[in-house]
Amino acid sequence: MSTLKFGLAALALSLGASAAFAETLEVGAPASDQDLARYFAIQPDGEGLPPGSGTVSAGAKVYGERCAACHGDKLQGVPAAGGAPLVGGRGTLSSAKPVKTVESYWPYASTLYDFVWRAMPFDQPGSLSPDEVYAVTAYVLAKGGVIPEDATLDASSLPKVEMPNAKGFYDGRGPDLPLYNAGR
Amino acid sequence: MRRRGSDEAYEPLAASRPVDEECPCQEGMRPQAGLGRRQLLLSAASTLGATALAAGAARAAESAPPGSVHYDVPEDPTKEQGRPLLADGGYGTRSQFETEVRSKANNPTDLTSWTFTPLAAQIGNLTPSGLHFERHHGGIPTIDPARHELVVHGMVGTAKKFSVADLKRMPSVTRKHFIECSGNTLTEWAKPTAKNVQVTHGLLSTSEWTGVLFSTLAREVGLKEAALWVLAEGADAAVMTRSVPLEKLLSDGMIAYGQNGEALRPEQGYPLRLLLPGYEGNTHIKWLRRLQVSDRPFMTREETSKYTDLMPDGRAKLFTLQMGAKSVITFPSADMMLPKPGLYEIKGIAWSGRGRVQSVEVSTDAGKTWRPANIENVAEPMCTVRFNCPWAWDGQAATLQSRCVDETGYVQPTREELVRLRGLNSVYHYNAIQSWAVAADGGVSNVHA
Repeated sequence: MSTLKFGLAALALSLGASAAFAETLEVGAPASDQDLARYFAIQPDGEGLPPGSGTVSAGAKVYGERCAACHGDKLQGVPAAGGAPLVGGRGTLSSAKPVKTVESYWPYASTLYDFVWRAMPFDQPGSLSPDEVYAVTAYVLAKGGVIPEDATLDASSLPKVEMPNAKGFYDGRGPDLPLYNAGR
Repeated sequence: MRRRGSDEAYEPLAASRPVDEECPCQEGMRPQAGLGRRQLLLSAASTLGATALAAGAARAAESAPPGSVHYDVPEDPTKEQGRPLLADGGYGTRSQFETEVRSKANNPTDLTSWTFTPLAAQIGNLTPSGLHFERHHGGIPTIDPARHELVVHGMVGTAKKFSVADLKRMPSVTRKHFIECSGNTLTEWAKPTAKNVQVTHGLLSTSEWTGVLFSTLAREVGLKEAALWVLAEGADAAVMTRSVPLEKLLSDGMIAYGQNGEALRPEQGYPLRLLLPGYEGNTHIKWLRRLQVSDRPFMTREETSKYTDLMPDGRAKLFTLQMGAKSVITFPSADMMLPKPGLYEIKGIAWSGRGRVQSVEVSTDAGKTWRPANIENVAEPMCTVRFNCPWAWDGQAATLQSRCVDETGYVQPTREELVRLRGLNSVYHYNAIQSWAVAADGGVSNVHA
């Protein structure tokens, strides 16, 4: 084989390999809108919120029937049932005994909607309708003094709720840099 | 739903064990004269059972530890035939003399709780799949792999769904990594609390994982220019979600279907889990069903109200995802008893979420002086190493510690350093040096030194 021929063969081989790397494996099937319709994840700016709405008073009824057994009549939590307190605790985060609740700690109302819709109530997860989730979210936020008792939440108003601890978080990625100081 | 902090009470390990059980110091002890007493006792009991009135089969089955089957022990195994092959149905069990089990945290419900790996009993660097620690938020789902799909969508060129069979057809990788819950050792911030190393450090396990790299999937769906984060979602009752930096997923994120040579165990995410080497355990979403690519994090409940680190000023750190360099001595460790002065082999485990463990040191005088430990296995990125260090115990009180350095130069901190940096309320990511006190009588306990 002449040098030229060998070079061309090598070039052809390398081109073939490059073409293979650029191809996809043709594995998997396209996911249709219908496939994706069963999923949700809600962003702080409200992206992903469903249509619907709920009032504080409607939420009181949902809460009493579906939530109070674990979280308490006064949203104070029921330790024996594993239900966390949902209100109270403002002003405690820098104290020796911080009390972390939706009211005192959670930075976004969207998180409350997302979590209740996906995983609550504990005994029947994912069973609340979007309207019921708006309502019970409104109820918890009203009882925490975050929104008025006559408030209605929907996809437009929920992202505008300013949580008391909205500015209480920062990006903590990376190690504690002082640990790299020699002779610390 | 989770309880946290210093009010957390763990079920004492003793409660899940026979009261008269010997301390685990029998294994690995030197000098060692033949069988440990515990093994002798068990053998004697079994021999009695075999030669005395035959205990009923049902009763015998009850007495076998989990994962084993009881067989009568012959007087002399060379004088009669053993069992025929496949008497176990084709899937082997461990010896009936091996008793180690996970222990569980004492929480209001076992549906959202956790179990601890018995680290002191682990032999080698891999955790047996059946002893891998667990953290569930809505129980362990039963999932038929034939009906399970992984959907990848959001800021992608083409949203796609992959069956488990599809994923198994794709190029795979096999890598050893630890997973550690960021709540591991959280009881130890303010005062020594946990009874033994299973409870102080048992939210750590190491496996060989097999699966498809996220980068391989990304090539199938394509990524849009502004993509920066990916939401991973599980198919359990908690429909667990975490946002993960796309950069991490593209560097070494894996969709795992294999663990230690077989399919994932159900409690570890069967049929699919996310594997993010070195990241806190909660992000390794089990029963993975969906990956949604986005340009920003979703601020899910787990990454805001739960796995965030509260600092002394009342503000909290989000996305403290990497596990810090950490090590612990597993022998001798709390709840054990050294029978007499003499030569012992200090043994332990070290790991880092930022790379390979570079070196481990051991102190027997509460950190005044340090000696290098031997590393037993080849250090791999985001994987545990086992270490050992000979120690001649003179019978005086001693305080044992280990510390490690990873390949980034991060030195495992003391508790005082951590508390100075983070205060006492940050709950997660406690990776301080652990101290075990050996008393003059040989008893070992959990202390702050």
